Amino acid sequence: MGTKKVADFAIDTGALDSTEALDRRATLRRFKVLDTVFRLLTMTAASAVLVLLGGVIASLVIGSLPAFRAFGLDFLTTQSWNPVTEKFGALAPIYGTVVTSALAMLLAVPVGLGIAIFLTELCPYPLRRPIGIAIELLAGIPSIIYGIWGLFVLAPLIQQYVQPGLIGTFSNVPVLSTLFAGPPYGIGVLTASFILAIMVLPFITSISRDVFDTVPSVLKEAAYGVGCTTWEVVRSVVIPYTRVGVIGGVMLGLGRALGETMAVTFVIGNAHKISASLLAPGTTISATIANEFTEAVGDIYTSSLIALGLILFGITFVILALARYMLMRLEQKAA
Amino acid sequence: MAIYDRRRGRNGFYLGLCYVATGFGLAFLVWILLTLIYNGAKGLSPAVFTQMTPPPGSEGGLLNAILGSLVMTGLGIVVGTPLGMLAGTYMAEYGRHSKLAAVVRFINDILLSAPSIVVGLFIYEVMVARMGHFSALAGAVALGVIVVPVVVRTTEDMLLLVPNPLREAAAALGLPRSHVIGKVAYRAARAGLITGVLLAVARISGETAPLLFTALNNQFYSTNLDAPMASLPVVIFQFALSPYKEWQQLAWTGALIITAAVLSLSIIARVLGAQKSSS
Repeated sequence: MGTKKVADFAIDTGALDSTEALDRRATLRRFKVLDTVFRLLTMTAASAVLVLLGGVIASLVIGSLPAFRAFGLDFLTTQSWNPVTEKFGALAPIYGTVVTSALAMLLAVPVGLGIAIFLTELCPYPLRRPIGIAIELLAGIPSIIYGIWGLFVLAPLIQQYVQPGLIGTFSNVPVLSTLFAGPPYGIGVLTASFILAIMVLPFITSISRDVFDTVPSVLKEAAYGVGCTTWEVVRSVVIPYTRVGVIGGVMLGLGRALGETMAVTFVIGNAHKISASLLAPGTTISATIANEFTEAVGDIYTSSLIALGLILFGITFVILALARYMLMRLEQKAA
Repeated sequence: MAIYDRRRGRNGFYLGLCYVATGFGLAFLVWILLTLIYNGAKGLSPAVFTQMTPPPGSEGGLLNAILGSLVMTGLGIVVGTPLGMLAGTYMAEYGRHSKLAAVVRFINDILLSAPSIVVGLFIYEVMVARMGHFSALAGAVALGVIVVPVVVRTTEDMLLLVPNPLREAAAALGLPRSHVIGKVAYRAARAGLITGVLLAVARISGETAPLLFTALNNQFYSTNLDAPMASLPVVIFQFALSPYKEWQQLAWTGALIITAAVLSLSIIARVLGAQKSSS
């Protein structure tokens, strides 16, 4: 008689209670249970990502409560950072974080966009992938490597050649003489910004390159057709078309720069004061936490450091959320 | 004719700057790598892999740090990968167009670039402060937290690349969703999923900030997960900032080892990923 098929069971009601039919029903039920379990499992995991974020925020808020209770909002606006008298204010690290990141973007944005333009418009086709990968490898180098390189290689060079030049050149220019004042330490805000710039370069480049690639060739060809030069095509077609995405990529890089820890810790000098000079040592939020957390004694000290972490997370969260929102809008436009 | 010359001149100038920018970026990559090789290779010897980190002013190796890094990276992957893969699976398979998936995608992308030192603070609060002491386990969990968003992202991306007709064919055979995912989607996306894990390994094996106040450091070899454990990045951090020549040399050697490992991992991941997308 051979093996029975599904159709045979449907026709032959006598088979209803046969072992084959029961087996089949049991299997189907097992499938159903398995499917529900797996579905719930994956859903729980997805929700766990949200819980993770909630946990990070909650633990930082709880940890920073003692500091905010002790100093109130003055914590954000005072500069003193004195573990002995237990007086803490976050202004110097916040200032350092903002200034180093801003300076880094000043250098990284034009260079990053330049590389992206090179990769999409100028580079011979066979070289595109290798050069693109090489630039992305810059993002793969761990930040501690940038730190050790910055401290032992870059800082001495800057101290010997760049900083004396800057101090000498601008000593008689009103504003710049304060920006570039003081003894050339080598380490300091300017060196930290420079290293940050190199570190965020690949992020800006790879996102800009990806969005530049979304520009329809027809648009570019039309511009070339009316006689535009390559630069005019880039400036008047490619960049306006992808502006939102480029800004998103830049903000993503900014988010990285704000939170970058180890490289900055090596070369910023860790001085809790705000100096007008960019050559002077300073500190950033992440460098302060990395340097002092394990040595922090007392609840208020620890709590102040966690409060710094909360501020940093708040700033980067807003920046990154904006970046993602912009990139998402571009994706919707493309689709 | 003047306007043509001006436009041509401007074109040449700005495009020239683009070449310069690319040269600038590549020069730094080469410069950093050459410095690393030059300084790191001087200290490479069998002792690096067979001896413990020395006390100040004497010779030694990095054995405990290398082992510690391997243990904590491995554990971090074990902790973070399943969670990340399941979450990515939900977003690509069950809830592709659901609200939950959209929200998780947004939050996950933010976590992907969130400062890793904040993760260290989080785990310090949740584990170290509760347990009352630093431990390798806390370090591994901190690394695991960093692994999650990386794996979520690649899992979702790779599953989305699997053509729908494959799923439909399996579903037409009467397979439930879980079997379609397990036996069809996962297999089709296997190379991509492995790429994701490799990228996560590359990402966390160089991480220093989240380990500073979770796993701390340990001058000796230890397999006790409940005790502080050395790791390569933290040892590099400590040794590089020390005034001792021997320590600084070990820091450079450690830096070379870690960079070689991380870069070769990310190149392997890339090659695997490229094979997938071109075939």
